[in-house]
Amino acid sequence: MSEPLVLGIETSCDETGIGIVRGRTLLSNTIASSMDEHARYGGVIPEVAARAHLEALQPSIEAALAEAQVSLSDLDAIAVTSGPGLAGALMVGVGAAKGLAVSLGKPLYAVNHLVGHIAADIVTPDSDPLEYPTIALLVSGGHTSLLHVRDLTTDVELLGETMDDAAGEAFDKVARLLSLPYPGGPEIDRAAADGDPKAIRFPRGLSKAPDLVKHRYDFSFSGLKTAVARWVERCEASGEEVPVADVAASFREAVVDVLVTKALAACADLGVPRLLLGGGVIANKRLRDVAIERAAVAGVTVRIPPLSLCTDNGAMIAALAADLISSGRRPSTLAFGADSTLPVTEIQVAESQAEDAA
Amino acid sequence: MILAVDTSLGTAVAIVDADGARRADASSPDPLGHAEVIGTLLQRALAEAGDEITHVVAGMGPGPFTGLRIGIATARTFALGRGIPVIAVPSHFAAALSILEQDPEAGTFAIVTDARRREVAISVFRGLDADGIPHLKSETVLVPRTGAEAYLDGLDAREVTTVDAAALARVGIRAANAGRELAGAEPLYLRQPDVTMPGAPKRVGL
Ligand SMILES: [Zn+2]
Repeated sequence: MSEPLVLGIETSCDETGIGIVRGRTLLSNTIASSMDEHARYGGVIPEVAARAHLEALQPSIEAALAEAQVSLSDLDAIAVTSGPGLAGALMVGVGAAKGLAVSLGKPLYAVNHLVGHIAADIVTPDSDPLEYPTIALLVSGGHTSLLHVRDLTTDVELLGETMDDAAGEAFDKVARLLSLPYPGGPEIDRAAADGDPKAIRFPRGLSKAPDLVKHRYDFSFSGLKTAVARWVERCEASGEEVPVADVAASFREAVVDVLVTKALAACADLGVPRLLLGGGVIANKRLRDVAIERAAVAGVTVRIPPLSLCTDNGAMIAALAADLISSGRRPSTLAFGADSTLPVTEIQVAESQAEDAA
Repeated sequence: MILAVDTSLGTAVAIVDADGARRADASSPDPLGHAEVIGTLLQRALAEAGDEITHVVAGMGPGPFTGLRIGIATARTFALGRGIPVIAVPSHFAAALSILEQDPEAGTFAIVTDARRREVAISVFRGLDADGIPHLKSETVLVPRTGAEAYLDGLDAREVTTVDAAALARVGIRAANAGRELAGAEPLYLRQPDVTMPGAPKRVGL
């Protein structure tokens, strides 16, 4: 089956994503987000997200089918995110995927969310095929990971990840410190527009020589957040007005600097002249600009899927499964669950043995 | 034939024929692991009873939310895949029907299920109505376990730990035949999501 028609279900965080692809052609990328419901709490509330998934799933599947102009019986396979992500949210998708697969008698592929972010690139319309190996930097409210991708379906290695907050979380938390609303990313960006990124030298986590020995590709943003909090408090204590624009710009610069520096270090160390960016925080223009600028100097090509494919979505899950199918992989058994800490090396979960594949 | 799925307590899947007779049963009493087993149980029930499903009945709880949602999601997409209707039934109705089928003389009694966090969910029933559906005497409530005795006030309390999906299917098909809706689209959460409104950021100290 060279061009399998696959429907992907993604519910690992606060987006209910249903995607439909035919091979590497994107037919629908339908997303229902519960972000507005989380806004008043200043962050994603797992139970609120899980309730929203259950509500949004069926209408989203119907909308995706209508947009793709296919019917369920046309599908060759169903794909679903098994992890990593919020357990209760993932389970709604797993239940839905199993119900649909058994109902239709179609094979089911349980896949890794992070590897899905890489697969977003292969369904990006009008783009050249992804070249291997590539370094991938995935940054969102849920993850900050640096990966070495030798092959999308067989060989993905985790180089490093955040030891505490995800980068997107750091944006949310610092936005709150500055009395800006949720989600923090766009708010910090807006506030930073007139700020001086060099006004305050905030710390770059895990970037000093001793840290680089053990955590060369790992990230840490909690120290940065504390440094911002301290700075703001000091201003307030001395009765000065907090220079929000400068704080926002300097904080953003610290995050962007450490992300890009570590990603390009991985490219240089491993001799890989390609960098793929993914995850919702890629929406941050400053991150994209700095990455492109510094990568050009380093002779590294940067690939960035369109934002609608960078944020969590079902199309990337369908795309990953379509590639697994095309490469001859057997479907998953029905005996898998949600794995909130699924390692990135497990690209597909519970692949059936040759003898029990139908 | 009618397929019923309930994950309000364990994971229960059953298929009954149009007369309500059990044709297949595939259930796990495990209060966890719903997502892991639901597909296999579904497949086993279909293999046993055959594939001609006309309706899906979904148990809407009450029950621990994380597990409860899995069965509802499964029921909905299974029905979507076949283009057949989903009938939503509160899970306590199935427990009540099971009791009345075994003991038609049972008077007023309460179905009691664990709701976690030291609370129980209680629904009071009395007999079957004209449509053959257990008659709910008072709305389902969440009560602290320590206060359950006072709430029940000597009532015949039946604490159950599993739901018979075949009984759920029978309640569902009777409701559909009578043109009645026993539950809405929303699960019987009976509890608001656990959230704390953000206060001022914590001071880190200079
Ligand atoms: Zn993601």
